Amino acid sequence: MAHQSELISEDILAYLKSQEEKSMLRFITCGSVDDGKSTLIGRLLWDSKMVFEDQLAALESDSKRVGTQGEKIDYALLLDGLQAEREQGITIDVAYRFFSTDKRKFIVADTPGHEQYTRNMVTGASTAQVAVILIDARKGILTQTRRHSYLASLVGIRHVVLAINKMDLVDYSQERFDSILKKYQSFAASLGFDDITAIPLSALEGDNIISPSPKTPWHQGPTLMQYLETVQVPDASAGKPFRMRVQWVNRPNLDFRGFCGTIASGQIHPGDEIIVPSSGKKTRVARIVTMDGDLERAVAGQAVTLTLEDEIDISRGDTLATPEDVPHHAARFEAKLVWLHEEALTPGRSYLLKAGSATAPAQVSQIKFKLNVNTLAQEPGETLALNEIGVCSLSLSKPISFDSYRENRGTGCFILIDRLTNATVGAGMIHQPLLQSSGKGWIEADLGPKARAEQKGQSPKVLCIASQDQKHRTEVAELVEKKLHSQGRHSYRLDQQSLSLEPGSKDEQARLLAALGEHFLAAGLILIVSLSDQDPHLSDALMGRLNTESFCQVDLKKDIGTISLSPQQQAEQIVEELF
Amino acid sequence: MSPKMTHLRQLEAESIHIIREVAAEFENPVMLYSVGKDSAVMLHLARKAFYPARPPFPLMHVDTTWKFREMIEFRDKMAHECGFDLLVHVNEEGVRQGIGPFSHGSGIHTDIMKTEGLKQALTKYKFDAAFGGARRDEEKSRAKERIFSFRTEDHRWDPKSQRPELWNVYNAKVHPGESIRAFPISNWTELDVWQYIYLEQIPIVPLYYAAVRPVVERDGMLIMVDDARMEIKPGEKVEYKSVRFRTLGCYPLTGAVESTAATLPEIIQEMLLTRTSERQGRAIDHDSAGSMEKKKQEGYF
Ligand SMILES: Nc1nc2c(ncn2[C@@H]2O[C@H](COP(=O)(O)OP(=O)(O)O)[C@@H](O)[C@H]2O)c(=O)[nH]1
Repeated sequence: MAHQSELISEDILAYLKSQEEKSMLRFITCGSVDDGKSTLIGRLLWDSKMVFEDQLAALESDSKRVGTQGEKIDYALLLDGLQAEREQGITIDVAYRFFSTDKRKFIVADTPGHEQYTRNMVTGASTAQVAVILIDARKGILTQTRRHSYLASLVGIRHVVLAINKMDLVDYSQERFDSILKKYQSFAASLGFDDITAIPLSALEGDNIISPSPKTPWHQGPTLMQYLETVQVPDASAGKPFRMRVQWVNRPNLDFRGFCGTIASGQIHPGDEIIVPSSGKKTRVARIVTMDGDLERAVAGQAVTLTLEDEIDISRGDTLATPEDVPHHAARFEAKLVWLHEEALTPGRSYLLKAGSATAPAQVSQIKFKLNVNTLAQEPGETLALNEIGVCSLSLSKPISFDSYRENRGTGCFILIDRLTNATVGAGMIHQPLLQSSGKGWIEADLGPKARAEQKGQSPKVLCIASQDQKHRTEVAELVEKKLHSQGRHSYRLDQQSLSLEPGSKDEQARLLAALGEHFLAAGLILIVSLSDQDPHLSDALMGRLNTESFCQVDLKKDIGTISLSPQQQAEQIVEELF
Repeated sequence: MSPKMTHLRQLEAESIHIIREVAAEFENPVMLYSVGKDSAVMLHLARKAFYPARPPFPLMHVDTTWKFREMIEFRDKMAHECGFDLLVHVNEEGVRQGIGPFSHGSGIHTDIMKTEGLKQALTKYKFDAAFGGARRDEEKSRAKERIFSFRTEDHRWDPKSQRPELWNVYNAKVHPGESIRAFPISNWTELDVWQYIYLEQIPIVPLYYAAVRPVVERDGMLIMVDDARMEIKPGEKVEYKSVRFRTLGCYPLTGAVESTAATLPEIIQEMLLTRTSERQGRAIDHDSAGSMEKKKQEGYF
């Protein structure tokens, strides 16, 4: 166990060598008040020798003074963090505990079981790979157990330990244990865990914590520590498509331009092609630079600096991805949102959304339904109060790159920040991008389209630039946008490619695009859409739906397509003629 | 197949992520450099985060004027070798008042020369973020500390304004005057720190290694006689013992441990086999339960 390895005293160098291969496991413990969670964690710390003599002395005196165990040591006292809480006898926040054995280092997110459970549990679980769910063997499965399990599954935890505690109080009854497990399995079947491992425990007596207890000869499975030391949490993210959000652009001098970030998923090698979804530009990785020398490969979890073969425009918040499997890039998506703040969510209000290093103003445009964490039932709702969870549509002021949370934990999560108080008010897990506004869309304020257009000093328009050559039309559209921008106009650009988000019929696509056009006009903006001239149904749909005054169309070949004009000249001509 | 990241590599990557995030989000960050082993690791990680560039922030040391002399030498050497700008701040008001640990006791000394000194410096330079090398495993009250720990305009830690932290997404928004204390090595333990120092061959102050040093036994602690300001009281005698320090601070407040561990492996070995926590040698922690929490609210960390 722990660091008792003979090696330490006999051959410290060999011991240190063996430690270099040690892995790490992050888990969360959840239980209701008095299930024995503190006692259990205290034991784990104690038994893995993470408690020192001076701490023990303090513990002994504390145990006598405020403990609940008479003259015996109250392991739970090893944990209570803040004085205020200690006096109230409750824990009110997520605490992180650490212990290690010769095989692994453990980080425990210790979350209290009372009312603030959702916020705390979601916080603690967001970085955890395993959930240890405590059950009092006398009480069996409670509402809280369901809630904890549901929240663990919501945040993407795939491995669960059902820690059936206080077995000493039910005479170590196998029958009791089996019936709890059976009930749990049938309830949890829908939650999508990869595995559920039940262990009969007495945190107080130390049964099945470290070594198998003689009192439960019928238990064939591992002890808690055996499980934690050996559970394989294959790093799913390593096998996934390459993603890295750029945190920092490293420019020490003119000859070096490195993009720093933590690889969210997949792996990368020098020579690999990458795409920047925000611009659609591609290039190859030149070097993976670290202070310890260049790497031949880097994998999910590593914090690296990449240099690229071509100078393309990349800044903080952009995602680098493999072109073989490109993330979504959109300004609207549906997500599960957990509300973390006392002040309830106000739909339509502008919050700051932060996803990795990407930040954008965002509003919740619609709450599709709320999720009851106890029953999983869908309920209607106009807002989300503290600890409530809803499935919502979010609209951002600019697109960001993302994946669905289910596919990619690292690129599918975000937080919402209150723009006035700067508090972190929400945590989200993205389902999928949304193109068209289902239902209400941007919440209508008292302002109308006219007021919005006037404020921007422009007449809103949807401009279609058509060409079969995607590169050409994108280039012209970009130039048009730049020109408009320099004239102080408010515009936005979309390419057909970014529209084919979901496979759908052509009609569906056309309908979405037309609806999008309407929204831009209502917002007082100029929308530049670059389309293939092979897909007339798209521009037709726009034409059909929008009034002629605000819609215009340019075919780069037919209308101004003389070969003698450069894209620059074409763009200038378009801007001059139309605006 | 992908290579598994070992626990130290995972910790390293997490810390680098945090350091880059602070550099990117704040206008005017600073790295608080205490010269101890945790600071050594933090500094090393900062260099890694921005290699081949220099880290885009200065180092700052709040000098109480009672640090071990070897710490000051080491500090200047490291800042120079690593190409950091080094700011040294001393609470001049405290110096004028003649505040010191011998004359005023550990509480007042630490409060004025360290806590007040730090606040002065943060106000003077208008830093909106300060890296600190604190770890969550150091003390119970730190177990809940955030990685981005919010500080009010008067540098206080207010439990109610701490923000939930999910995934590796950090809220870096502050109003003018407010700031964030960022702790990149929050999730490291003392053992992790030592193992990493060993693995990466990070230079540390020689005081961590055992050597024969002049010490006096006082209040149950072995205090090193580092300069002439230490008066030897009647009944005390200066002995030459093989000692080392598990933690470094003001020399009159930092107890040495008798040891012959003169190499990193020996230090780690000793640490794994001893049964006292590293903070035991720090005089300021010996007050009542919850004293760290109070210190934190006052802005000590
Ligand atoms: N009999 C028995 N009591 C336990 C066991 N585990 C914890 N307890 C007791 O249950 C009470 C609550 O335990 P604690 O660890 O503080 O629970 P928490 O609220 O979940 O952290 C304390 O009195 C513990 O001593 C157990 O396995 N058996």
